[in-house]
Amino acid sequence: MSGSPTMLAPDLLDTGRWRDRRDAVIDARGLTAYFGKRPVVDQLTMQVPRGSVFAFLGRNGSGKTTTIRMLLGMLPPTRGSATVLGCDCRHLTPEIRARIGYMSESHAVYEWMTVKQSGEFASKFYPRWNQRVFDAIVDHFRLDPRARSGHLSRGERAGLSLAITLAPEPELLILDDPAIGLDPVARRSLLESMVFATRGADRTILFSSHLLDDVERVADYIAVLDRSVLRACGPIDAIRSRVRQFELLFDPQHAPPRDVPAIRGLLHARRSPSTLSLIVAAPDDDTQRAIRALGASTVDETSVGFSDAMMGYLGERGESRSFLDAAAFESAAGSNS
Amino acid sequence: MPLTVSIVTGSNVTIYRQIVEQVCAAVLAGKIADDEPLPSVRALAEELDVNPNTVVRAYSELAREGVIESHPGRGMFVSRRRQIYSSAERRRRMDQAVNSLVAEGFMLGFGADEILEAVAAKTRDNAAAAASAPPASKHPARGGTR
Repeated sequence: MSGSPTMLAPDLLDTGRWRDRRDAVIDARGLTAYFGKRPVVDQLTMQVPRGSVFAFLGRNGSGKTTTIRMLLGMLPPTRGSATVLGCDCRHLTPEIRARIGYMSESHAVYEWMTVKQSGEFASKFYPRWNQRVFDAIVDHFRLDPRARSGHLSRGERAGLSLAITLAPEPELLILDDPAIGLDPVARRSLLESMVFATRGADRTILFSSHLLDDVERVADYIAVLDRSVLRACGPIDAIRSRVRQFELLFDPQHAPPRDVPAIRGLLHARRSPSTLSLIVAAPDDDTQRAIRALGASTVDETSVGFSDAMMGYLGERGESRSFLDAAAFESAAGSNS
Repeated sequence: MPLTVSIVTGSNVTIYRQIVEQVCAAVLAGKIADDEPLPSVRALAEELDVNPNTVVRAYSELAREGVIESHPGRGMFVSRRRQIYSSAERRRRMDQAVNSLVAEGFMLGFGADEILEAVAAKTRDNAAAAASAPPASKHPARGGTR
């Protein structure tokens, strides 16, 4: 289905009670974008349930921004299609657009306007502009309404940008990496504003992020993009609970196998001279048998935290060596001389 | 004493579980008065910066377990007929506590007899203290008022 040569099958969970497509605010079917001969987004199929806080995860260049641009009609898909609020994303009407709030990565503001003027200017475009929301967020980010936008810090500009995006009380909020470049205080303000934005009934938020701790707090659904391909999609707790860690301890006479074992769903293997640590998505009985067959003296299975589970999906596939692996140091020293 | 919940991210305990366990602990410790409502879903979500649905899930689990109950129009309250843990869960928690006590004792180099004696002495002390003090008004950990 993914067309990708990795051993990992996509872990695409049923979104349960949201299966009714009418409840999907965003419904992407095989959405694909090529830049030249290279697929940037490859056959993306996912639904964003109404009322959810949906996090879009993936490393830089994995296709998140391109997906968002397609959903907003800023880039025509090479193949596939998507509806946003029930409307084909290639032909979003002005009425539909007015129900979507979008904040780009750049946090662009009109630099010659003051904070207050920026709000007044933006308000003219939206019949449903809520000045109290604008003022609350400006206040929350401690912005001086008289300050010139061009003089704001990165975090302050994000605050202004967010106030302008939230004030029209959009039904669907799309935030492309809103936390980029923010200091911890501004990040927290952003998070608070996002929780605040869920006050509206049926408000849906789609946001992309690299901050796994923040995602764990606010998201109820996640999608993981890895090198253009969707790897996992579903309720956050379901995805996280499907990722398990196996710690294998080997006797000195039985060293861990030299090659990464071929285990279905293996996300990551880490080796030291006497241990092997495997992170596996959705292990079943076959996986358990394959792991037991590696010949370890003890096998411990544990759950993993959300960020560790995601690192399994997002990190380099395959094996990494422990820094404490003396042999690796020796061979490195040998090759240097 | 007000309920305080603190959330750790990156832990292998989910946020929803952390809320359930901390509210349970606060109820067991008698930190939440019977006539005092728990924070609303919205208030707790905004205080902790977590998804409100996570708080909803935690509260419904607590209600299902009989720790808290909903008083329509007034909010969530500590349950009057509370059954905090099932007997299997009580057993599991007891075993867990004993395991860590015994492991710690051995690790510190105490023998089996010394550990047993320490437990016996502590148990006698607590029983004596309970006998001399007036009986506590409630024993939430006692389980079964089904």
